[in-house]
Amino acid sequence: MPVYSLTINGRTHSVDGDPGDSLLSILRHELDLTGSKYGCGEGQCGACTILVDGLAVRSCVTRLGAIGARAITTIEGVADGERLHPVQQAFLEAEAFQCGFCTSGMVMATIGLLRTSPNPSEADVARLLDRNVCRCGTHPRIVKAVQLAASRMGATGSGGGR
Amino acid sequence: MMEGNTPRDDAALEFERYELHEGRPYVFEVGRRGFLGLFTGGLVILVTAPRALAQESGRGGRGRPEPPTDLGAWLHIDEQGRVTVFTGKVEVGQNIRTSLAQAVADELRVPMTAITMVMGDTGRVPWDQGTFGSLSTPRMAPVLSKAAAAARELLIDRAAAAWAVDRTTLSARDGRIVGAGARVLSYGELTKGARLAATVRADLGVEAPARWSVRGSAAPKVNGRDIVTGAHRYPSDIVRPGMLHGRIVRPSAMGATLVSVDDSRAKALPGVTVVRDGEFVGVVAPSERAAARAAAAVRAEWRTRPNQPTSKTIYEYLKKTPADTVSGRGAPQPRVTGDVDAARTTAARRFASSYRIPYIAHVPLEPRAAVAEWVDGGLTVWTGTQRPFGVKDQLMEAFSLPAEKVRVLMPDTGSGYGGKHTGECAIEAARLARAAARPVKLVWTRAEEFAWAYARPAGVIDVTSAVDARGRLIAWEFDNWNSGASGIETPYTVPNQRIAFHPSESPLRQGSYRGLAATANHFAREMHIDEVARALRVDAVEFRLTHLAEPRQRDVLTAVAQRIGWPGTAGGHALGIACGTEKDSYVATGAALSRIDAGFTVERIVIAFECGAIVNPDGLRNQVLGSVIQGLGGALFESLEFADGQLLNGTLEQYRVPRFKDVPDIDVILLDRRDLPSEGAGETPIVCVAPAIGSAARAFGRVDDAMPVRLLKA
Repeated sequence: MPVYSLTINGRTHSVDGDPGDSLLSILRHELDLTGSKYGCGEGQCGACTILVDGLAVRSCVTRLGAIGARAITTIEGVADGERLHPVQQAFLEAEAFQCGFCTSGMVMATIGLLRTSPNPSEADVARLLDRNVCRCGTHPRIVKAVQLAASRMGATGSGGGR
Repeated sequence: MMEGNTPRDDAALEFERYELHEGRPYVFEVGRRGFLGLFTGGLVILVTAPRALAQESGRGGRGRPEPPTDLGAWLHIDEQGRVTVFTGKVEVGQNIRTSLAQAVADELRVPMTAITMVMGDTGRVPWDQGTFGSLSTPRMAPVLSKAAAAARELLIDRAAAAWAVDRTTLSARDGRIVGAGARVLSYGELTKGARLAATVRADLGVEAPARWSVRGSAAPKVNGRDIVTGAHRYPSDIVRPGMLHGRIVRPSAMGATLVSVDDSRAKALPGVTVVRDGEFVGVVAPSERAAARAAAAVRAEWRTRPNQPTSKTIYEYLKKTPADTVSGRGAPQPRVTGDVDAARTTAARRFASSYRIPYIAHVPLEPRAAVAEWVDGGLTVWTGTQRPFGVKDQLMEAFSLPAEKVRVLMPDTGSGYGGKHTGECAIEAARLARAAARPVKLVWTRAEEFAWAYARPAGVIDVTSAVDARGRLIAWEFDNWNSGASGIETPYTVPNQRIAFHPSESPLRQGSYRGLAATANHFAREMHIDEVARALRVDAVEFRLTHLAEPRQRDVLTAVAQRIGWPGTAGGHALGIACGTEKDSYVATGAALSRIDAGFTVERIVIAFECGAIVNPDGLRNQVLGSVIQGLGGALFESLEFADGQLLNGTLEQYRVPRFKDVPDIDVILLDRRDLPSEGAGETPIVCVAPAIGSAARAFGRVDDAMPVRLLKA
């Protein structure tokens, strides 16, 4: 198996793998970064959402061989030490979760969408998060959390995505 | 009709918990091969007669012998005053981790931050039948309240003795006992150097809702920070030293039997073990990816069962294929009041309809997962389940182990909705781990979760009713095939009734789902009531109120009618309304629809819900919203399609679940009845979503008598 050098949350990791291996599997099983979740393996639920060069992607359908030198950010990398990322803080204050299994993916997808849509309407959020499934039905609170984060982060869309 | 104060007879009503009465998923050929004393000091509140405080339903099927001594503790206070609560209830997103802690915080007068909840670890908590049936709030919360009150009283006694004062001069506040002249002793100080124990007396009083301070408030979810940081380890995240990964080789179709296995290619892969035991075929490999490849490399031949019903022929099949006994239980008797036959002959008008309810899938976002580890002939399994003790029983049975050799741990799990009551994944992981002599993690794929978990039962429901010349219901006949008996009773006043549940043979594995059959039964009942009202040209809300005696039912119905602007069609929306009761709580739901091309869209849902005294209003609102949104799935999209023993839409791409764009405005009205005991809330809010939508859609044309709701082509 070839060896890949991956930049994850600002650190370099060497992993053995085949080019077709899913990034999600590498994160969860080779690197014990279990914050990104397996929900479907089809790219249909968003529980595995991470950022690659600041863009939200579904890691379960991202191939190890396709990443190259790009910077990967996972949920483990968005807080600044003890200080939560504004999106995390907003989700916490809005209690925008029930079982919480979708939350990592929702947070990462939100960070990604706020970069390009820093002031989304409810309809924008519904459209941009459509690929993220919440089976517990916490959608209205998640929309509130996204808008709360957006209002705090302002037009600069700052705060994460190293 | 509902008898308000009679305790629910769970064993009779919940016939459709089929998954609890299944035979063993595997019969392995491998041969046969004590209360963990963890408390060194402090105060312990012991469990007495633990089974007297819990229901037995669900255990009878296996006939397990009772363990010799079931010593357990509900609560421990250590010498630093930290409180640990032990409960067999588990957290699957309904946030009882928080609401149960609130009960203890209130009675013991400690801050929430002083409390650690140990939930669902069979090695550390008292036995519990499982977290289902909306029972945690009405049954476990009072038990923990009493345990906390018992601890408080014991601490007061101890302080009174230490100060040589009358205990009535003392009070408990903020983790301390306070006396006259600013005397204070913290709980830690009071328990220091002692080993105190007390039991819960049944007659011990607990605080009435009027005196709640932590209960009744929106306490935040206790481990919320771990959720938003991804730090919480769900069952599928558990890692053990030396752990390997497993994958099961599944049958080619439901009901298929194994004919032959060629595992030569799989065995040749590096680090792979193939495990075969009867019908069980699985692999263990060093990585998850290697396990998937190894399983794919196994060539297994299966004999499929011919002539299985399809999702189209299932309804006819269920009606004509009765099961006289289901897992040893006889069919329940019909409930008869008055004389429906006589009433029908005097009726002015008669109505008949037949409703079809499909199988649907739970789709928990975290699929089944287990990590199994054998040490010195003892088995420990971390797994996502709503019944850790039930899974422990299954493991004991599968591997012929005594109780003290099996421990199940239940990390807070990525949801269940009633779909994770059984331990098939735990058994599979344990079998693989035994063969590999290493811990093994097994996480079901999404495809496996669709195909091999159990579904919400399909059903056919025939409703026949009759009214007299004044337009009052005088006869009511209700027959449910297969889907179940929950919610089968009618809340409406009808003097002559015959209500019957008919168990059938089911080609799909089926069992508990949020709300059980109450969703199907409410759909049929409320759609039929709406049909009758329309035929009589009577307002649908007025018609219901004419036949409803129970004030709690009337209150939720009128609250929704008022909020949604019934009967108006403001803004051109069509309105529909439905109401019902289940699990001792009351719900009414209204829907506002607009016409879109040949179909419709749900613009707004209004729901009123009443479950006695509200413990955590924010948590309750979250649960109600969640039930409504999940209910939209069954109401609008969800239906398992199958043929020849195969699911045809068993992927997340094909099986549509509610997504952000499907969620309308949802207006939640919570009625807080502090004068009534707190009831559970996890299920009932789901039951009236579909009939509210179906009734409203009738404004646009003929609606199919089926779920999901569909307009029939003109």
